Amino acid sequence: MSHPEKYPDPHNDINANTVFGFWIYLMTDFILFATLFATYAVLEKGTFGGPTAKQLFHLPYVLVETLLLLGSSFTCGLATLHIEKNNIRKLSGWYGATFALGLAFLLMVGAEFVQLINEGHTWDKSAFLSAYFTLIGTHAIHIFFGLLFIPVFIGDVLRRGLIPVTIRRLTCLKLFWFFSYIVWIFMFTFVYLMGVSSNG
Amino acid sequence: MDREYRAIELTEHGSFKSYLLGFVLSLIFTFAAFFIIYSELLPTPASQYTISFLAIAQSWVLLALFLHLGKESKPRWNLLIFLFMVLVTVIVVFGSLWIMHHLSYNLMPPMDHS
Repeated sequence: MSHPEKYPDPHNDINANTVFGFWIYLMTDFILFATLFATYAVLEKGTFGGPTAKQLFHLPYVLVETLLLLGSSFTCGLATLHIEKNNIRKLSGWYGATFALGLAFLLMVGAEFVQLINEGHTWDKSAFLSAYFTLIGTHAIHIFFGLLFIPVFIGDVLRRGLIPVTIRRLTCLKLFWFFSYIVWIFMFTFVYLMGVSSNG
Repeated sequence: MDREYRAIELTEHGSFKSYLLGFVLSLIFTFAAFFIIYSELLPTPASQYTISFLAIAQSWVLLALFLHLGKESKPRWNLLIFLFMVLVTVIVVFGSLWIMHHLSYNLMPPMDHS
């Protein structure tokens, strides 16, 4: 510990490399979403005589979904602030809020899907609905796995404390969760708002 | 303890202020986009350009204030990878739309060549 500058800590390099690798994964993941967005944009008008985006989407409902996910991103950010203060109690509390808001979002997306399916608007009805379910469903899967990671990682923190390994995991989770909301901004705008505003 | 602290330094640049500012700005952008469409405030092409701008502005705010993009030290690999991703995204999305638009134009009912 006498010469921290002279002998670089190998843990630091590992942490930085892992977070950087995770960042590259997120960027490739965004390219996956870009292809699905492109598919949706191309197929949006292909309703095959079925309902259009304008007839199916209810904007106030989607606004509530957006606010829930935005709120969960905010609480996730507040949670990571308590890493530095080494306050595990508040950390897990804010992550609990993140989990609850994320779960509420996922349940609302699930309810939306169930309603569409019950009304007979399944993915095999038109190219538009295929693209819609693929795009929104892929995002919902991301949220699902994010929700799975929260209790697992927090359990690890409660068991082992805030050591470099658990901090690294929480950092990756934070990036993943913010990224999921940024992807959702584009869905809210280009799928829901654009879909309702376009003619027909 | 020193080791742990430096591990944090590498990954966390956030502060309560930056998160709160990002959250409030995101709320404003989200509500603005919603009301522009919901109340049919603007004619269709103008409103679509406005909400596209609001979406890009909001993601920019979140990248700066939540993900702290560009705040890393000098070889900015995160930023570089991000910009490359943006390039690929633009090529994929606009390229697809461009090609498919021309394809559907060329697949219009054949004209009479006799």
